[in-house]
Amino acid sequence: MEWIFEEGIPIYTQIVRQLKLQIANGTYAPGEKMPTVRELAIDAGVNPNTMQRAFAELERDRLLYSVRTIGRYVTEEKEILNGLKKNMSNRFINELFVNLKKLGMDEEEIKAAVKEWKTEEEI
Amino acid sequence: MSIFECRNLTKCYNNLVAINNIDLSIESGQIVGLLGPNGSGKTTLIKLANGLLKPTEGEILIDGHKPGIMTKSKVAYLPDRDFLPDYMSVQQLVRFYGDFYSDMDFNKAGEMLKSLNIPHGMRLKKMSKGTKEKIQLILTMSRNAQIYFLDEPIAGVDPAAREYILKTIISNYCPDSAVIISTHLIADVEAVLDDVIFLMNGEVVMHSQAEAIREKESKSIDGLFREVFRC
Repeated sequence: MEWIFEEGIPIYTQIVRQLKLQIANGTYAPGEKMPTVRELAIDAGVNPNTMQRAFAELERDRLLYSVRTIGRYVTEEKEILNGLKKNMSNRFINELFVNLKKLGMDEEEIKAAVKEWKTEEEI
Repeated sequence: MSIFECRNLTKCYNNLVAINNIDLSIESGQIVGLLGPNGSGKTTLIKLANGLLKPTEGEILIDGHKPGIMTKSKVAYLPDRDFLPDYMSVQQLVRFYGDFYSDMDFNKAGEMLKSLNIPHGMRLKKMSKGTKEKIQLILTMSRNAQIYFLDEPIAGVDPAAREYILKTIISNYCPDSAVIISTHLIADVEAVLDDVIFLMNGEVVMHSQAEAIREKESKSIDGLFREVFRC
């Protein structure tokens, strides 16, 4: 996959965000073995210590767990995975509201607009 | 103990002060960017570390030792210009390095060369600039050294060759050694760095963690560099 990093934001937080998205959408499926720190660091073109730090954070959030000397795996705990998805979708919805409020829309208008919303193909 | 240390290090060329009273310490397991505009002292510092120049004052230590015959076995150095006999083939160069350095890892060299897809019998002088730079880097990184000094490893090569070179550096990362990369092409290397050192007029104006700069300044290293060195 393509790694794109924004300027002026710590790289490890951006990696955490991108990996969370891939765990939430099943690119890395529950119970799947993760690539090694080195493999992903090379793939992303980042410092291995930075990748290590991102992995450590995902482990702290219990999205990954490590098995000594074998590697790291994606959690199979439904509760944690559902929580992740809920969390991320809330953040996206929040962003949507923030942006549309900047346009001068209030909450009712936004909700109505979302209901009427069609994909570009439909239009 | 630090793998690399400078104490009150000064180097003058006649009246010109190239390195001005630098104190610096670098630990193993780090990839460090030595960043600064042209003439800021990057190459002078690296030449001092390799014993090609002698300090005017102060000292420079590699794993606690002054640069000399002993430290050459611990230091892998990629100079900023062509430095290899260009009549030699890739195969001859690998053996040449093996003769000089007991820490030359032939397997590592073979693996990296394989991914380049060039014939082992090809002579250096027949190669493009980009390929030559890759070969020089591969030879340097094939050693199991304790510290690697890479002087402008990506200058003058195309973006694809740059990416190859940076990925080679990442894939050779080892927690027991340090890598010091001097460059003025900061945007290209910054994601690879643990720490950055800004050099200006022979002085260290900043030594900080790259991620800490992004976090505190909300800027890329490149952005901060442009600000610090704005003319």
